[in-house]
Amino acid sequence: MELSCTGEDRELRISLAGEVDHHRARGLMESIDREVGTRLPRRLVLDLGGVTFMDSSGIAVLLRAYKRTAELGGTVSVRNVPEQAGKVLRAAGLERLLRFE
Amino acid sequence: MRPVNTASIEFLSRSSNEGFARTAAACFAAQLDPTLDEINDIKTAVSEAVTNAIVHAYPEKLGKVRLRLRLFEDGRLEIAVQDWGVGIADVEQARTPLFTTGNEERSGMGFTIMESFMDTLKVRSKPGKGTTVVMSRRLARRVGTAGRP
Repeated sequence: MELSCTGEDRELRISLAGEVDHHRARGLMESIDREVGTRLPRRLVLDLGGVTFMDSSGIAVLLRAYKRTAELGGTVSVRNVPEQAGKVLRAAGLERLLRFE
Repeated sequence: MRPVNTASIEFLSRSSNEGFARTAAACFAAQLDPTLDEINDIKTAVSEAVTNAIVHAYPEKLGKVRLRLRLFEDGRLEIAVQDWGVGIADVEQARTPLFTTGNEERSGMGFTIMESFMDTLKVRSKPGKGTTVVMSRRLARRVGTAGRP
């Protein structure tokens, strides 16, 4: 799984890499759910710097991460968004929901 | 107008073919020497159309999906994604942003992205017979090899 997690002081940083499509979405969602559920972050940072392709399945992955973290009282931001992924996320208006760093 | 080049690929509705289909479309488009942005838009739109066929057309079984690519002299790339699955009862509703009959793994943004990344989008569907999505995008004309025999 191309996903790595680091964090301290209840800030959780998750880096996604490779292609984020429907084929991989479920696995990514489950991994993020598990990390968020275990570490209960106050702040979740999703680093998309290594993402080489993203379609609307990525929107669902980010929305799920947002919901799960918000339920536990945390905030979510995305970082290092590549141009292609950014265009997809903006088409869905995600910049209104998540902080783009 | 007759196409100057065509390609057609059939594959099973396995999710592992999503990457194959969008990469194949990008390779076909490459003969027009497109920009990286154009290639990314095409890959994204193809990924959405093929994923729809894989997720929605054949919910209970594997089925056939056809990707047909046609290139016209004026630099227009036409992409058709066809399935012989369950069909869409209400196409207008399906095209509404955020509407989905899928589960939480789907965002309901597939058609919205196809519409905003391509110049045209047509959806033909018959319940029980299948769905065809036809979309096109005119690529900026550069000194390319399209049209040569």
